[in-house]
Amino acid sequence: MLYNDPSPLETKVLTRLFGVPNSTSVETYVAHEGFVAFRKAAAMTPEAIIDEVKKSNLRGRGGAGFPTGMKWSFVPRNNPKPKYIVVNADESEPGTCKDRLLIEYDPMQLIEGMMIAGLAVGAKRGYIYLRGEYRYLVDILDKAIAEARAAGWLGTSIQGTGFDFDCYTHSGAGAYECGEESALLESLEGKRGVPRIRPPFPAVAGLYRCPTVLNNVETYCSVPSILRMGGEAWANLGTPRNGGTRLFCLSGHVNKPGVYELPMGFNLLRMIEEVGGGVRGGKKLKAVIPGGSSCPVLTAAECDLPMDFDSLKNAKSMLGSGGVVVMDETTDMVKVALRIMKFYQHESCGWCIPCREGTTWLKNILTRVYNGMGQKEDPALVHELASNMLGRTFCPLGDAAAMPTISIVEKFRDEFEAYVRRSPVTDLADIDTKIPVRA
Amino acid sequence: MNFSPELEAKFAEIIGKYPPEHKRSALVPLLLFTQDELGQITAEAVQEVAKRVGVFPMQVEEVLTYYSMLHFPKPMGKKHVQICTNISCQLTGGEELYERASRKLGLGHKQVSADGEVSLEEVECIGACSWAPAIQINYDFHHNVTPEKLDELLDGLRKLN
Repeated sequence: MLYNDPSPLETKVLTRLFGVPNSTSVETYVAHEGFVAFRKAAAMTPEAIIDEVKKSNLRGRGGAGFPTGMKWSFVPRNNPKPKYIVVNADESEPGTCKDRLLIEYDPMQLIEGMMIAGLAVGAKRGYIYLRGEYRYLVDILDKAIAEARAAGWLGTSIQGTGFDFDCYTHSGAGAYECGEESALLESLEGKRGVPRIRPPFPAVAGLYRCPTVLNNVETYCSVPSILRMGGEAWANLGTPRNGGTRLFCLSGHVNKPGVYELPMGFNLLRMIEEVGGGVRGGKKLKAVIPGGSSCPVLTAAECDLPMDFDSLKNAKSMLGSGGVVVMDETTDMVKVALRIMKFYQHESCGWCIPCREGTTWLKNILTRVYNGMGQKEDPALVHELASNMLGRTFCPLGDAAAMPTISIVEKFRDEFEAYVRRSPVTDLADIDTKIPVRA
Repeated sequence: MNFSPELEAKFAEIIGKYPPEHKRSALVPLLLFTQDELGQITAEAVQEVAKRVGVFPMQVEEVLTYYSMLHFPKPMGKKHVQICTNISCQLTGGEELYERASRKLGLGHKQVSADGEVSLEEVECIGACSWAPAIQINYDFHHNVTPEKLDELLDGLRKLN
């Protein structure tokens, strides 16, 4: 059973097997053009595979939107060390719940994507790093991997091509930070999930300091259709420099929340109205988080825009991980800012000080404002603190905490001011005269 | 220390996934599966896991204290109720569910019932945003949870035993 009804506006490329009976089996996959892309890739040179991926304008689906073909081309092929394919299935950006479905309904597509990446960079082994909460997916994937091995789609000289490849699941145990690529690798090596200094990037020194391709689940899942359709045709599904389709996770105050596969560049307002059935209860739209909670918030007036990496960047936000969180007119934006900060403060690994202290102080100040004890300088203080954190942390978690905060305090300043005005003591200098001291 | 044959088989399977010189990679999954099997991670288990992957027990503890799903030294209840209150769930009633569960169970955040059966935790995003509010009881997801559905789930906790 599907989690939500599909929308007639969807373009089913990666999700084409969703809802097909027994979609996780090798037979079903093969019956639906499964492994056709692998066979095609096996007859190509590694350079030609990477070229095809470059032509597709596929950009990383984990959040950063880095061109995948270019990332693969950074792997030094002449390096004598073993090379690794690592899948980031540590889906934990608030608002994001798509990778789960890609694995649950079509694990073979992911495996095929990894195999093609293996061909492209000369890797023989892959790991799928799943967040610990997704235990049921470990079972689904382990079963799929065993089936693929038994059918000769994993192992030595796959289908007589002379290419050896195998992959394994790896369970995390609860840490948002492990979605950051270098922290993920530390965790995969059996350590605390703290980030590494970069460069060197994983392409050069990743897992066990060996060249490693590390991409999001959806990114790998895009690869088989790229090889099948051809890079150019796949690119044309989307907008210039933003190829293909994307899984958007609609959540919050919409009538039909759900995960929908839409062409890159689909209009955000149309997505909310026509795919999501509009704002719940006939209320007015107030704000949208366009790509997971680390993205700057858009006001309702800013939402008439195509959902692709470049358009969102122009709007000073990000397409991120595809988590579209819709907020209606009743939403308390101070509360939203506090909840988002509470999350990042909890998840900060504590490795670098600007992030560890910055998120803690921001949470404290936002708590004070929300609890009705805000000081008149607090809105400006929140803005200043968050701005000073931006770009000054070891890994992007600091930015992830700062960006939504800055946008909310800038765009909804009046709500912060209203909270502060209600506070009995808005200036600490008055504290002696306004608060009676008990003897 | 002796583990059950099932856990031993799981250990062998997990350690076998990594190159022999990198068996430390198995550490986090081993700890998680140990916790699931034994109900808790004991000091003895820490020693044993350390031996299996070739690190000092202190290094195991260092890792243990980092991951939010690993509970050490105090275990969570046999039925661990995890209620998400992160943004998508907050917008759709997750906080109210948490308050309701807290009152009904008489437990606060990360508290365990006196008999060790049930525990409650307010958790961060569990990846069920489009079907919010969502909760997890142990590894089982429950989506689009209403107050009535929550009551039903909580009432069922002790009946399962």
